[in-house]
Amino acid sequence: MSHQNLPPYAEALGIAMDHDESGDPVLYVDFSDRILGRPGFLHGGALSGLMEMAGFAALRAELGRRGEEMRIKPVNIQVEFMRGGTEQRTFAMGKVTRAGRRVALVNVEAWQDDRNKQIALAQMKFLLSPAEG
Amino acid sequence: MTTPKEPTSLYDAPPDFVFDPSRMASMMTRHGHGGWLGLKYRDHGEGWFELELPWREELVGMPESGVLASGPIISMMDNATSMAVWTRTGKFVPHATLDLRVDYMRAAVPGRDLIGHGECYKLTRTIAFIRGVAHDGDIDDPVAHVIGTFMATHGTYL
Repeated sequence: MSHQNLPPYAEALGIAMDHDESGDPVLYVDFSDRILGRPGFLHGGALSGLMEMAGFAALRAELGRRGEEMRIKPVNIQVEFMRGGTEQRTFAMGKVTRAGRRVALVNVEAWQDDRNKQIALAQMKFLLSPAEG
Repeated sequence: MTTPKEPTSLYDAPPDFVFDPSRMASMMTRHGHGGWLGLKYRDHGEGWFELELPWREELVGMPESGVLASGPIISMMDNATSMAVWTRTGKFVPHATLDLRVDYMRAAVPGRDLIGHGECYKLTRTIAFIRGVAHDGDIDDPVAHVIGTFMATHGTYL
């Protein structure tokens, strides 16, 4: 899991793997001016970006456990912003709720200093297809 | 005569600040996340606002193909729709995104700049309903559609 490669976008923002929580990768990003939205708060888009990375990572981890090589295509994402993210480290973790042959659903939660106080929830849907070659 | 210090965000602006979309856009595109993304102001009218996201290597989500990550697209649409709300109210009202849904129609073409068209189609006292389209030149061949809501955090929209 920890050797899952994160794309240039994630690296540029400082998104990195923190640890595994019972097989699900937990990603984090430290606060910086690069992800600042309104003064003092995390930008909702940057937060969504972190959550998407966590959603992808969770799905890749799940497919990896099954030993399946699949192409993953995002269909949509719905993000609920529950609390303004403040100037501190933010975590995100995805949970695969359903991954069939063709469609996968992943729930993602994001939090900061209090694991039980989510700042945002997201639901992502992916289309799966057999990897070519 | 002293020129007042240019605020870096509308949230630092004085209470009597008149909403000026292009001035506002220049703050948003120079500072914070919007500045890092390299967002550029394109155009606006009453109830709509357009931004541009120039393609660059750092924003790539799939290194093997050069396709943009979806994070930057969400950020651009969040900002374009947020500004669209203020073009409709005609004044700056502090607000926060409540929810945002993004439907991905197709991958953005590597190397091509993206355009984000944001619209505010309905205002109530505290909720602004928004939608938008991200495309790379032809709005009839969109990369993504978005829909969502904002909530006024201090004061009301109407």
